[in-house]
Amino acid sequence: MSQAATPTLKLTRKDFMSDQEVRWCPGCGDYAILAQMQKVLPELGIPRDQLVFVSGIGCASRFPYYMNTYGFHTIHGRAPAIATGLKISRPELHVWVVTGDGDGLSIGGNHLIHALRRNVDIKILLFNNRIYGLTKGQYSPTSELGKVTKSTPFGSLDYPINPIEIALGAEATFVARSVDVETKHLQETLKRAHEHKGSAFIEILQNCNVFNDRAWEPITDRATKADHQLVLEQGKPLVFGKNREKGIRLGKDMNPEIVTLGDGVDTSQLLVHDETNPSMAYILSRLGPQFPTPIGVFRAVKRMTYDEGANAQIESAKKRLGPGDLEAILNRGDTWVVK
Amino acid sequence: MTTHIETPPRPQVPKRHEELDEVVIRFAGDSGDGMQLAGMQFSNETAVAGTDLATLPDFPAEIRAPAGTLFGVSGFQVNFSSHDIFTPGDNPDVLVMMNPAALKVNLRDLKPGGIIIADTAEFTENNLKKAGFATNPLEDGSLTKYQLFPVDITQMTLRAVEGLNLNTKVASRCKNFYALGLTSWLFTRPIDPTIRWIEGRFKKTPELVDANIRALKAGYHFGETAEMFAVQYEVKPARLAPGKYRNITGNSATALGFIAAAERAGVPLFLGSYPITPASDILHEVASYKNFNVYTFQAEDEIAAVGSALGAAYGGAIGICTTSGPGMLLKQEMINLAVMVELPLIIADIQRAGPSTGMPTKTEQADLLMAIYGRASESPVVVLAPATPGECFFMAFEAVRLAAKYMVPVIYMSDGYLANGAEPWKIPKVSELPQIDVQFRTSPEGFQPYLRDPETLARAWVKPGTPGLEHRIGGLAKEDVTGHVSYDPINNEKMVRLRAEKVARVAMDIPRTDVHGDPSGKLLVIGWGSTYGALVEATERVRAQGKSVSHVHLRYLNPLPPDLKEIIHRFETVLVAELNTGQLLKIIRAEYLVDAKGMNKIQGYPFKVGELMQKIQELLEE
Repeated sequence: MSQAATPTLKLTRKDFMSDQEVRWCPGCGDYAILAQMQKVLPELGIPRDQLVFVSGIGCASRFPYYMNTYGFHTIHGRAPAIATGLKISRPELHVWVVTGDGDGLSIGGNHLIHALRRNVDIKILLFNNRIYGLTKGQYSPTSELGKVTKSTPFGSLDYPINPIEIALGAEATFVARSVDVETKHLQETLKRAHEHKGSAFIEILQNCNVFNDRAWEPITDRATKADHQLVLEQGKPLVFGKNREKGIRLGKDMNPEIVTLGDGVDTSQLLVHDETNPSMAYILSRLGPQFPTPIGVFRAVKRMTYDEGANAQIESAKKRLGPGDLEAILNRGDTWVVK
Repeated sequence: MTTHIETPPRPQVPKRHEELDEVVIRFAGDSGDGMQLAGMQFSNETAVAGTDLATLPDFPAEIRAPAGTLFGVSGFQVNFSSHDIFTPGDNPDVLVMMNPAALKVNLRDLKPGGIIIADTAEFTENNLKKAGFATNPLEDGSLTKYQLFPVDITQMTLRAVEGLNLNTKVASRCKNFYALGLTSWLFTRPIDPTIRWIEGRFKKTPELVDANIRALKAGYHFGETAEMFAVQYEVKPARLAPGKYRNITGNSATALGFIAAAERAGVPLFLGSYPITPASDILHEVASYKNFNVYTFQAEDEIAAVGSALGAAYGGAIGICTTSGPGMLLKQEMINLAVMVELPLIIADIQRAGPSTGMPTKTEQADLLMAIYGRASESPVVVLAPATPGECFFMAFEAVRLAAKYMVPVIYMSDGYLANGAEPWKIPKVSELPQIDVQFRTSPEGFQPYLRDPETLARAWVKPGTPGLEHRIGGLAKEDVTGHVSYDPINNEKMVRLRAEKVARVAMDIPRTDVHGDPSGKLLVIGWGSTYGALVEATERVRAQGKSVSHVHLRYLNPLPPDLKEIIHRFETVLVAELNTGQLLKIIRAEYLVDAKGMNKIQGYPFKVGELMQKIQELLEE
């Protein structure tokens, strides 16, 4: 039923743009994310009809309307559940979920956790702007403590959630972070998610210029980002800084610490990133405010996917019990004949 | 209905055979005593013997309630007869009582002159106290108006399994089979089906196969040899319509109906569910049929369960979700979405007594208005209800057929009584089941997501993965035909009315309504769902007294049968009988402007024939 992906398929960014006018606010970070997705997809060689974008509610969740693929704009927080049913029964499809910090971590937190731990082969993009945009500016589960918003004029009392830690805690097999304005990095991360077999979770730091402008400064600011971004690369030491002069090593009590290279400190003492090491992912997810913010792939490991398992069970049941015989199951157990 | 069991004469040999027309037996004991099992097996034996039957399992929500307590009593009532029967019976002729608490709870229902078989070993001082007996009723003469058979079931069971090296606790657990064996002998039921069942069930623990069969046979032989029992009763096979039969519960029939429908549609079935009493057995049964291209998914919650089913329906599967009232209300937002995106989705609500957690193991019909109306804004769906356990098969099948034909959510409303109740079921031939015609659109020629079939108003079902038909759907208001997001006020009203009209057109598929009794007259009783048996019997009996009462039973609750209006207006008075405070009543009054009366019960139990007859007679006398 499905067409195999062929590298000869010549699609362009334009092929993935739908006929709908994009209705995000001018300057919204979502435009950049949409653009990177539309740039990356032609490189993957997948026919448009094999792609499905499923979303919940919120600004981010308008995403499917702008993609010229199959799309399902569903209800608040529930996209992972709907995507799960779709992917289990149609494992050949490429299913992407688009959600936000409110949709995915507040009302839909439960579905997100369970989709990740089941390792359903869906790709979940969580646009994190630390605010409710569509409802016009209330604090979200990722807003900082004390945040003053329309619904918290005296400051928010909610301690913020860390999306990466949630994903790791849910035993997600692929966990990454990228940034709306880091176009190349975002493209690479989207490709990695696509290549991963199993659920992939990407937190995308995204700017809401209307209700929470500059929420991710100084990570995104050209002048400061070198000191505030820690770009994760598999097998490479954790180095950052304008002149790549700083690094992170494991200090006393197993706590990470920032060191300046030189003066007897060299890269051999630094932590080396390993996407398959759960402790590494955990340390990186919990770096405190004095540390740079890691972007890249925290964790990428292999585990059987739920959809694979579900379909394998059907095949093995057919082998063991033979193909379903309706007449036989209707007549199962003790029967008798009335003449 | 029932031939009264006469007081037997003094013991004499050989034993006398007495033929009965109909018997109601109630087994009861602690919730850990295996009374549901004993009742179910007795029903199977009696089904195989060819009698008609109806059952009423009645158990607490606690898995193992404290032993000996009144609230821990678990009962199973079975009514079997040589003629057609419709209910598990109002009052038992026989009580098989495993402890004093069971006797205390059930004695008030026993018919005068009825039989009591009681396990004397459990009538200890402590257990009597827990049940609130000041003295031992087996000994104090308080039961003289009944036929009392005190039997030391526990001790005799232990003796039967002696030498099998079982500890006392395990050994005494076989006593339900001893009680079953004894009851089987008393009513001339074959025990072979139970032996076969035990062999299958305990396959992996041969010592339990041995022990349970020994206990069963010991009970059976005790009846035969003990001088205590002078009479062996027999209920002849019923004259049911010719065909091949099996005994079936409503939940089992529902599971098979869904599987059969998906097979006849040639489409995989996806059942998303979250465990909930009394619906879980449907999930269990469907999960065992994976070789039918069946996906079962136990979701993280009720919302995800229906969400996954909708996702699968979007992908081209028959998406089904099974639940009960407290889960049903969590699913409404997803059903709301399914209404908007016009995808087929089947939600089976196996109703239970509420509100809130309520009485999970007891029955009720109070989700009707929630099913028809309980969603945001105008959100019409099709609502169906089977009337008997066996009919669950056909209505589950029908739910799938209508959902796929009209691209609409269908709510299928069974309840706890149908779910666990059993009856002989004439097994349908697969070749006689209708084909379900599912068409997936593949042609891009002139495709628009919300282009409609002129007859049914259904939009096309398009599977993602179909080249050239890429499109977006969602919960935002959609423009007619194109499906583009639209805030146009006129378009919105048009779409609301189109979705309503689509559901209204399901009426074209509703068969002509049967009127039991005269087509016109004084009183029309309207019921729906599981009250069928009690209503048939009550109206038939009052009619037999020469009075004018007819009965209509609705299987289609939304839309209503198109001929119902005309039928209603042929009667002077209308009575709507249902296990809620008057939900269908409200609808009937509103739809047909008739001053209908209500007969309502909200006790967690089905109607009794007697109470219905009384209400009918009252109305006829007015």
